[in-house]
Amino acid sequence: MQVRAENISKRYASMAALDDVSLTVGSGELVALLGPSGSGKTTLLRTIAGLEVPDSGTVFYNDRDTSQMRIQDRGVGFVFQHYALFKHMKVMDNIAFGLRARKKNKPKEAEIRRRVLELLDLVQLSGLEGRFPSQLSGGQRQRVALARALAIEPSVLLLDEPFGALDARVRKDLRRWLREIHERTGHTTLFVTHDQEEALELADRVVVMSKGRIEQSATPDEIYDTPATPFVFSFIGESSVIPVAVGNGRATLDERVIDLDVGTLPDGPAQLYLRPEDVAMVTDGGPGIPGLVVSTRRIGGMRRVTIECGLARHRIEFDAPAEIPIANSQRLQVRVIGGRVYGAGSEGYGTEKLAASATSDFKWAKAEGWLDR
Amino acid sequence: MTAAAPDGARRTSWRRRSVLPGFNLTLGYTLAYLSLIVLIPLAALAIRSASLGWTEFWAIATDPRIVASLQLSFGAAILAALVNTVFGVIVAWVLVRYRFPGRRWLDAAVDLPFALPTAVAGIALATLYAPNGPFGAFLEGVFGVKVGFTSLGVVVALIFVGLPFVVRTVQPVLEEIDRETEEVSATLGAGRLRTVTRVIMPGLLPAILTGFALSFARGVGEYGSVIFIANNLPFQSEIAPLLIVIKLEEHNYAGATAIATIMLVISFAMLFVINLLQAWSRKWFGHD
Repeated sequence: MQVRAENISKRYASMAALDDVSLTVGSGELVALLGPSGSGKTTLLRTIAGLEVPDSGTVFYNDRDTSQMRIQDRGVGFVFQHYALFKHMKVMDNIAFGLRARKKNKPKEAEIRRRVLELLDLVQLSGLEGRFPSQLSGGQRQRVALARALAIEPSVLLLDEPFGALDARVRKDLRRWLREIHERTGHTTLFVTHDQEEALELADRVVVMSKGRIEQSATPDEIYDTPATPFVFSFIGESSVIPVAVGNGRATLDERVIDLDVGTLPDGPAQLYLRPEDVAMVTDGGPGIPGLVVSTRRIGGMRRVTIECGLARHRIEFDAPAEIPIANSQRLQVRVIGGRVYGAGSEGYGTEKLAASATSDFKWAKAEGWLDR
Repeated sequence: MTAAAPDGARRTSWRRRSVLPGFNLTLGYTLAYLSLIVLIPLAALAIRSASLGWTEFWAIATDPRIVASLQLSFGAAILAALVNTVFGVIVAWVLVRYRFPGRRWLDAAVDLPFALPTAVAGIALATLYAPNGPFGAFLEGVFGVKVGFTSLGVVVALIFVGLPFVVRTVQPVLEEIDRETEEVSATLGAGRLRTVTRVIMPGLLPAILTGFALSFARGVGEYGSVIFIANNLPFQSEIAPLLIVIKLEEHNYAGATAIATIMLVISFAMLFVINLLQAWSRKWFGHD
């Protein structure tokens, strides 16, 4: 089933949780709603489920207006971060709850049992039907919650931070497993997360949200490779930000030209966003930006190096091969081989990163009102 | 464990090592305190009534007037506790679930029966429910029911004093129930009624039983408010605690303690059953 939210707005007190948001989830699609806390992603999910009533806008299920539909009749499988299992019911009764609550086409008790056992098999919890939720681990509880949602044969599956309360290892396992379940059952699925890695790995399409608006909606590759806004750039993956000047269709740092396409940006101050892989150390003696090494740390097979460069001592992080020895206070040259330039008017994300960079950045951020968020 | 094990090792077998200090001190204090306040007086009661001897004790226990008063005391207490359970849960529900002007005042008013001297409550109730009082006249005129100065008046007084017990035990548990389980129940297709009976109530059951037990226990022991609203006629509206006072006034101490002992045994047995029910409900519904 296709789910379509049109021009949804919702305010809490004076704050806009959702500001004229429109989103379509295609039939059988697996979509991630990604954003920091307070970005409105959970509100959007709950509005689609019918747990929240929007101030304006409409949610359609397959072109059917849902505003007059009772939540009980919507056929929504909803999974909460903290499982929301019925503590006083055994796993069997938890999963059977939706089937037993049916008024029309309620299956016979033997049929319900058969289906519950089938679902338990699907979520790999066979044999645990007689347990109470308190006797299960977090990961097992979340699987029960998913089985319970799947039991009603939902037309859409909505998951609110489904792995948020689990530890890192279980989270990874469940992520892969959820993808498999989705491929087997083919439900239209929308899930909320603040973990960009989770969103990029799991989803067919990622919708990045900030301050009640959608920043970008694209495939994981597009989100990572061509972030539409500085916010998306800095929210996904690691990034350094340095102020540059745009003039004559070129970006310059302290009058050194940076070899990047600046598109149609007007002349004036701009921000250069760099990922660690967008910067390379110059080893062949060619031209580059001189920098002073501030710190190095080992990340897997690479060495993450932080340097200060330019007159205002902007910090840039980049990855160098681990076999090249680099020491603190060493001077070296780097070359920008990627990254994106955004006009000064557009907004980014991540006050920590700004606070860590040079003071001029800090003042600029303050003037833009970022730090008050 | 062998008999040769050192004393210290044996002690740790039932007392787990803990970083919290003061186990010996606090346990000693607890035992001494409980003995002084609860156990010794109860033992004295039993010993005193034992001085009667079996035949005499049995004669008192089967005296029709005493049996009638015990029936009234326990019957009215159970009835009042049942009424309080139903309406106390509703009051707690309203106080927890809805936000409305005056909620805090209402919340505070629930404690009034706790705070009010029971004699004051008795006089107030008697004034209202007396045949010429506003409620009493209405009930008698419209339904032909006499409340004031009858056994029904006893039930009304016990409902009054017992209400806060149910509300105050159910309220915190109700507050703990998170909204998400209800939301999940709705998404799974359960209507409001099903959500309340299948999802919310089972979690509340232990608290409701506790509230019932407390309200009942309070009702059995209530004296002050009841004697004002009941006319205290033998076989009609005479409660057991009043009979104890009457015996005491007749300097029949043995008789008084005998009635007290019977009340103690019945109360103890009922609380025991309620506790069993509670343990069962906890286990059945997977608490702890």
